[in-house]
Amino acid sequence: MTEMKYTEDHEYLRVDGDVATIGISNHAQEQLGDVVFVELPEVGKVCAKGEEAAVVESVKAAAEVNAPVSGEVVETNGELESNPGLVNEDPEGGAWFIKLKLSDKSELDGMMDADAYGKFVAEQG
Amino acid sequence: MIQEADGKQTLKRTPLHALHSELGGKMVPFAGFEMPVQYPLGVLKEHLHTRAKAGLFDVSHMGQAFLTGPGHETVAAALETLVPGEIAKLGPGRLRYTMLLNEDGGILDDLMVTRSLSPGDDGRLMLVVNAACKTADYAHMRAKLPDNVKLEPVEDRALLAIQGPAAAAVMERWCPKASELAFMTASSAEFDGIGCHISRCGYTGEDGFEISVAAGEADQVARTLLSHDDVEAIGLGARDSLRLEAGLCLYGHDIDETTSPVEADLVWSISKRRRVEGGFPGAERIQRELRDGPSRLRVGIQPEGKAPAREGVEIADANGTPIGAITSGGFGPSAGGPVAMGYVQSAHAAPGTGVALIVRGSARPARVAEMPFVPHRYFRKKAV
Repeated sequence: MTEMKYTEDHEYLRVDGDVATIGISNHAQEQLGDVVFVELPEVGKVCAKGEEAAVVESVKAAAEVNAPVSGEVVETNGELESNPGLVNEDPEGGAWFIKLKLSDKSELDGMMDADAYGKFVAEQG
Repeated sequence: MIQEADGKQTLKRTPLHALHSELGGKMVPFAGFEMPVQYPLGVLKEHLHTRAKAGLFDVSHMGQAFLTGPGHETVAAALETLVPGEIAKLGPGRLRYTMLLNEDGGILDDLMVTRSLSPGDDGRLMLVVNAACKTADYAHMRAKLPDNVKLEPVEDRALLAIQGPAAAAVMERWCPKASELAFMTASSAEFDGIGCHISRCGYTGEDGFEISVAAGEADQVARTLLSHDDVEAIGLGARDSLRLEAGLCLYGHDIDETTSPVEADLVWSISKRRRVEGGFPGAERIQRELRDGPSRLRVGIQPEGKAPAREGVEIADANGTPIGAITSGGFGPSAGGPVAMGYVQSAHAAPGTGVALIVRGSARPARVAEMPFVPHRYFRKKAV
C-alpha cells in the first residue's frame, strides 16, 4: 500500500512501508522550466529532516531538494544525471530522486495528500 | 518606473504586450517592464530554434534615442567625448558597438550607435541603450553634450529583433531590401508596406536584424513575421543563454561601472586612433591598461563537469586561492553543457588555464576558455 504525500516545498514522498521515494512535484518542474542538471547524494548518506539531499538546476535557476523527512539514502535515480530532462517529462513517476529509509515515520504526520496539495498550489496562484 | 504609494512598482508594457499574452508568454518584471521570459515552447527549445531557424524577440524595452546636431562631424565629436568608439569615421548607414564611460573609465552602459544613411539626415545618430540604464544614460548625456547637440529620446517606437540562420530568408519575403544589408549596416525600408528602420545586427551570435517601427504598427510586423513557419517567439530566458554562448556581455552583470573596456575584453571596440588620441572619459586608465595590461580580465569559463556555475560563483586557482568570480553562467543548450564567463586575475587568464569553481561549497574543476562558446555566424557579404 503506497500513499503520496506532498510538502510545502513542492516535494513528494511515495511512502511504501518504511521507505519513501522522493522527488519534485509536477508543479515544481513547471515552475523550474527545462531541467538541465541533477546532483544526487551518495547512497548511505544519512539526512536530517530539512537537510539538502539533492540539487536540481534548470535553464533558469538552481534549487535544492531538501530531505522532507529524516532517513538514510538507500537508492538514488542515476538516470537523472544522464537525462535530467526526465524531471520535466515524468516528475512524479520515473523521475524520482532518492529513496530514503525513514527513521521516524511520525514526521509524515500532517503532510498534505494530493488533494490538499492541489489546493495549496492553487492558493499560491 | 512609477512608484505607487504602497511601494508596488507599476510595470510598463511594450506595444507587443497583447501579443505576448495571446502567445502564452510568461510575463516577468524586467528593467521596469513586463516582459516575456519564455513562451510555452520553453527556454531550451526557444534557444535551439533560434540557432536552427529564426527567433523573434521583443526588445522594445530598450532605449531608442536620436542625437542631433549641425552635422556629423559636430555630433560625432560630441559623442566621442563620452565613448571610446570610433564615431567620426562611422560611415553613413553603419552601426558601431561602444560604451558610455565614467571618469574612471568604468562602463556606464553599452550601446549601439547608427549613423543615418540618408544624406538629408546628416548630423543624426541613432542610439540604442539598455532599458535599465536609459534614464541615467539620457541624464548623463544631456549634462555633458554641448548646446548644439541634442538628445531626443524616442518613446513612440517599438524594437523587434529577428535572429537566426533563416532570418534573412524570412525578411526577404516582406522586405527584400533587408536581406541586401551587410552586417552592421542599416537602412530605412518598407516591411510589407510599413515604414521601418532596419539594422543587420543582434545579440545572439547569429545573423539577424533589428527592426525599429512605430509603436502602433509593431504588432502587425510581429504577427507577419510569426506567420512564417520558421519563426517562433523567443523570450528573455533564451535571449540570455544565446548571448552567453556568443560570449557577449550583459550590462550590470559582465560589465558595470567598475569594469573598464580593457578588463572586459572589449578592446576591439576601440579604434587605433582613439587608443592613441584618448579624449574619452577615463582615457588615462584605459591607455595605462592597454600599455601595461589590466589587473583582471573577462574570460570564458568552461566547467569540466555538468554542474552549471552561475553568477557570483567564486573562481580559485589550483591552490584554492580566490582569483575572481563568475559574472554570467548557466547551461548552454547549443554548447550541450554548462558555460560561463567571469573575471580572473590576468596571470590566470590564458585559455586552457585550470581553475576551480566553488559551487555549493565544493571546488569543481574548470578551464579558462576561448569565447564564443558557439561560433558566431554573422552575415558576411561575398566579395563581388
